[in-house]
Amino acid sequence: MNEQTAPVTHEGERVLFPPLPYDMRRRSDAAVKDDALRAAVEAATLTKDTARKATFAEAFGERYDALRGLAERIKQHTLDHLDYYLDQFIDHAEAAGATVHYAADAAEANRVCLGIAEREGVRACVKAKSMVTEEVRLLEALQAAGVETLETDLGEFILQLDGDAPSHIVTPMIHKDRASVGRAFERELGAAYTDEPDALTAIAREHLRDKYRRADMGVTGGNFLVAGSGSVVVCTNEGNGTFCASTPRVHVAVVGIEKLVPTFEHAAVLLKLLARSSTAQPLTVYTDILTGPKRRDEHDGPEQLHVVLVDNGRTELLADPVMRDTLRCIRCGACLNACPVYRTVGGHSYGAVYTGPIGALVTPMLKGLTNYPDLPQASSLCGACGEACPVNIDIPHLLVHLRNELNAQRVAGRAERRAFKLYAWVLKKPWRYRWASRLVRFVLRRRADDDGYVTRAPGPGKGWTETRDLPAPAKQSFRQWWKQNKRDEPQRHRDTEVN
Amino acid sequence: MNVSLLITCLSDQFYPRVGRAVVAVLQHLGCAVDFPAAQTCCGQPMYNSGYADDAAALARHTIDVFEHSAHVVTPSGSCCAMVRRHYPALLADDPAYAPRARAMAEKTYEFVEYLTRVLDVDLRELGCRWDGRVTCHDACHLRELGAMGESDRLLAQVEGLEHVPLGKRDRCCGFGGTFAVKYPQISGAMAGDKAGCIAASEAPTVVCNDGGCAMHIAGACRRRGVSVELKHIAEVIAEGLGLMDAGSV
Ligand code: SF4
Repeated sequence: MNEQTAPVTHEGERVLFPPLPYDMRRRSDAAVKDDALRAAVEAATLTKDTARKATFAEAFGERYDALRGLAERIKQHTLDHLDYYLDQFIDHAEAAGATVHYAADAAEANRVCLGIAEREGVRACVKAKSMVTEEVRLLEALQAAGVETLETDLGEFILQLDGDAPSHIVTPMIHKDRASVGRAFERELGAAYTDEPDALTAIAREHLRDKYRRADMGVTGGNFLVAGSGSVVVCTNEGNGTFCASTPRVHVAVVGIEKLVPTFEHAAVLLKLLARSSTAQPLTVYTDILTGPKRRDEHDGPEQLHVVLVDNGRTELLADPVMRDTLRCIRCGACLNACPVYRTVGGHSYGAVYTGPIGALVTPMLKGLTNYPDLPQASSLCGACGEACPVNIDIPHLLVHLRNELNAQRVAGRAERRAFKLYAWVLKKPWRYRWASRLVRFVLRRRADDDGYVTRAPGPGKGWTETRDLPAPAKQSFRQWWKQNKRDEPQRHRDTEVN
Repeated sequence: MNVSLLITCLSDQFYPRVGRAVVAVLQHLGCAVDFPAAQTCCGQPMYNSGYADDAAALARHTIDVFEHSAHVVTPSGSCCAMVRRHYPALLADDPAYAPRARAMAEKTYEFVEYLTRVLDVDLRELGCRWDGRVTCHDACHLRELGAMGESDRLLAQVEGLEHVPLGKRDRCCGFGGTFAVKYPQISGAMAGDKAGCIAASEAPTVVCNDGGCAMHIAGACRRRGVSVELKHIAEVIAEGLGLMDAGSV
């Protein structure tokens, strides 16, 4: 079972935990040539992105921006007073009978969960989809400790069976097609091959139902922590979260501390945005609000509810005056679906748990900028992510901020930094600009073919002509033309020559 | 109306005809156009690549150059976005330049915006006629200006022009400045996607109002054997008003 708990690429690297520093190009250059991968990701993201826009337009129209602004303020306010709301949450959760644990890092989060499993004699565990458990690698830890653990989200279940890793924060198996699922079921579960979605779901259901009955512990994440009531809110579409949280004796909710909101009223605002941004649904099919374990007069529910609050770099991130905005993220995945780079390279190219535009910000912050220098740079800054974000995280601006940090920490190559310094130096004086541009025009025009395109550019242009031709510059620049033809026409302003 | 042209470095070097078209159209509409010759580059490449200090230096230079201009018009959405959105932020802590940066941001317009929002032009009244089929690529920076699709209205006013929709229209072409050079495989794949959509539109002309995107799309189409002509909307209008010959370069 071990190879199933630590998915590896064909090169033997762990998919989500590659050796550091991570070189994105090694994976992304192969990904762009993988037509099946690109087709799968493109189709799914395009559908979701289009549906997201339509559903917001229909539900809120012009008021959508006001709603986003409100969501932004709610999350920002809570983050600005995180200690206050954390205390409030802990008090209320404990009063409701839950046990609250605080885990400073990934290792501690796993220790806490394993401690609970050991004390309670847990042998089998069922798990719902949760990004933070991926982040701390809880599944691996449980398996290594001998607790048989099964992913119950259909996508995650398939990935676990197939020895694969999630590539999208909402749609973990977005990179896979139905045929590969059918083959995995045939191989691992002995089912007859099918690629019919309904048949596949039925096979998975059958297999999972029995596991729920036998499990002593259920692990979920949490989309929101409501400070005012001590509740954990879990949103799922398949109902597996509900099963995990209610069928086994012990329920452990592992949640990042940034998931706090003050009250239900605030959670309600964010719920309006979460499912619409993720999957264009007004709400997820199941929204479980879990406040304490089963009470004496209740029939259903777990005997114990443990909430593991995970820090793992978040307080440090909160102290960063610029990058702290990323903690507003509600992990809706809209920025991934909108991102043309994500669509082109797929999630595994990011070499980390958090992928796409938000991953390009969060991964360097949580795991070290020098370990992931490509992520902030591998973006055309087209702005589709920022436009899609329901909590107004200015993702392009933050990507640029990290690029500045990369240069300040001298991560960029010396040659590149020098080239930019030279470039800027040239541009600061009009005469230098004129002479340099003349030279560039001359060099490129000499290399151009009869149609006026350069097919192999020198120097910094080499990367360009790897995949495209480069139009040659014009024979005469605009300013030369102006000087010859227009300069002396009477105009109100003098065109001053300031050298 | 007194208008100063911010040509942008790419149009200056690669697409001077666009600059001439902008001048011709604005003059036709009654504007006095000048070209402050000391302008170089708005600083966007430095800004995007994480060299904020150099970008700020170029922002100061550009602000100086256009200090006395009433309106600044540029044929590029991305340079306009640089001036409007990023100059004030870049220079916010510079007491001498912060107010000037804000003033510069307020008076700078992208060409299409200037025609539709300031001059309130109706090309039908002007008798603009351009025969042919075009499709239209929106530069991503129009997102920042809230001007996505703004050129549609103008194109619809051109008699004889048939505008066929481009698939995945608001999708980035993959240019992104240094991104195109540093991540050529990713950027090239995005450009290939765009070239595919253009080929599928079967339009012989792509209207694209940004020098960077135009270079990228033209180069990608050329490499992939998609034969199209890239045109700035200013060229279409200038030709349509008889201010420029269709074939001239
Ligand atoms: S950054 Fe915004 S759009 Fe992206 S996942 Fe987070 S909340 Fe959603």
